[in-house]
Amino acid sequence: MFNFVRKIFWFYVDGFRSMTVGRKLWIIILIKLFIMFGILKLFFFKDYLGSRFSSDEEKATYVIKELTK
Amino acid sequence: MNEIVDMGLVNWSRAQFALTAMYHWLFVPLTLGLSFIVAFMESIYVKTGNEEWKRMTKFWMTLFGINFAIGVATGIILEFQFGTNWSNYSWFVGDIFGAPLAIEGIMAFFLESTFIAVMFFGWNKVSKEFHLLSTWLVAFGSNISALWILVANAWMQYPAGMHFNPDTARNEMINFWDVLFSPVAINKFLHTVSSGFVLASVFVLGISAWFLLHKREVALFKKSMLVASIFGLVTSIFIIINGDSSAKLIARYQPMKFAAMEALYEGQSGADLKVFGIVSTEKHDSSLFNLPKVKYTVEIPKALSLLALNNANSFIPGIKELIHGDSVRNILPLQEKIRRGTLAREKLAALHNARANKDTATYLTLKGEFMDPAFQKNYFAYFGYSFIKDPHQIIPHISLTFYSFHIMVGLGFFFVILFILALWYLFSQTIDQKKKFLWLALLSIPLPYIASEAGWIVAEVGRQPWTIQDYLPTFASISKIDSSSVQITLFLFAILFTGLLIAEIKIMIKQIKMGPKDH
Repeated sequence: MFNFVRKIFWFYVDGFRSMTVGRKLWIIILIKLFIMFGILKLFFFKDYLGSRFSSDEEKATYVIKELTK
Repeated sequence: MNEIVDMGLVNWSRAQFALTAMYHWLFVPLTLGLSFIVAFMESIYVKTGNEEWKRMTKFWMTLFGINFAIGVATGIILEFQFGTNWSNYSWFVGDIFGAPLAIEGIMAFFLESTFIAVMFFGWNKVSKEFHLLSTWLVAFGSNISALWILVANAWMQYPAGMHFNPDTARNEMINFWDVLFSPVAINKFLHTVSSGFVLASVFVLGISAWFLLHKREVALFKKSMLVASIFGLVTSIFIIINGDSSAKLIARYQPMKFAAMEALYEGQSGADLKVFGIVSTEKHDSSLFNLPKVKYTVEIPKALSLLALNNANSFIPGIKELIHGDSVRNILPLQEKIRRGTLAREKLAALHNARANKDTATYLTLKGEFMDPAFQKNYFAYFGYSFIKDPHQIIPHISLTFYSFHIMVGLGFFFVILFILALWYLFSQTIDQKKKFLWLALLSIPLPYIASEAGWIVAEVGRQPWTIQDYLPTFASISKIDSSSVQITLFLFAILFTGLLIAEIKIMIKQIKMGPKDH
């Protein structure tokens, strides 16, 4: 089992080492994910209901009021 | 709710969703189609042992990898928006999206992420057969990932397999299979993934044409053209047949969208199909809701009735009938739908008040009435209409829907001709002399992107004002947030996605110019 996991690990390591265009792509992916999760999600995309109400019951009450007023 | 709603916020939120969805869709279809084309090429390599097919496979696989890497996770931004901009909608949808999106996540992770590594890192490290299996699994995995997202979208167009819980204001899935196998979901999945297959086929055909024009690797790219043209022809014919089924489903379940697609303002028996028309700035009078006139039309007699209902003389309701109703044909007028929806909304409010006041007897009575299947079918099914104040609110944007539909269909037929010509020239061994055709193939690369985006505009703009068909309009779906924050994030997304698109195009062009690597 350990050998199998080690093989998979080195399979990925060798693969990443031998990449050419892939390295540039990984940099793009990491920058993209940082912008998406580290900036946009963190500062701009808070869960509207989750950040205002602590329980599902409160959320339900709010939405029902919104939809029925 | 309508009185206090900020339509600026609704429109900015819609614009943001449209921008991110459309940018996301620039990356997805090539992944869906190119994965299969690569799998076909590698299968031929494994079967024949011809190293040229391996070079070809690796070349297209690299382009697939670039597109996959740049596009991956761009769809997550849409999910960010659900929770922030569309909180009422997100809550109302309930657990319907939970199962499909969770399965999508697992499929994407295990199938794509695992086997894509074998695809790219596994050459000469795993057996040919296992490598081929991995390539096929990536192709199936990426397409099945799309299935779950499309099932979620189809549910919004045709809600099925759920019931609404009035205590929680959420929809609950009662039959997963009804959600997964609803006619709209199956059709949408097949139509959308096959549009990706056509797009990738045109992409491969066009890039191959560029190599032929430059007299580089001619034999190899003729083979690429052959694979792309066969795959493209089969799938572009399939998409036309499937598109016909799609039109029938829209005519049945979303008649207002169908009327907008063809700018059919007044219903007709034996309705003509407009194959061409210009939406004018001139308007009809108020009896036709001041809708824009369509001029210079070219029509096929009775074809719309035939297309929608398989009967050349059948009646197709226009926007007028869908608003004023038609008692002879059992079409409810808008006012009646509003009345029924308002009753459902009032009962929901009364039920909620009884529950809040701990009036158990009233609460139980109201809940029994609310959950009664007849009430659900005859009243709650029109819940969304209770928010409608003006008939114009339920009419989709005519010119956008009309043009998008006609561009999509027109290009669909163009692709069939393009692939037939490519195969004709390939089999007659004259393709490298057909410079005009090669230029046409190269310049056609943007066209399936346009067709594909146009298809989404028909699907989404055409179903306005609904986020969930008949149950919830956009203006009841949004969060009470500042529209300036939506504007800021819209521009941030525009910058981010434009940057990604430029990066993709630059890396792709560089890689294409390098051509297939030698052994």
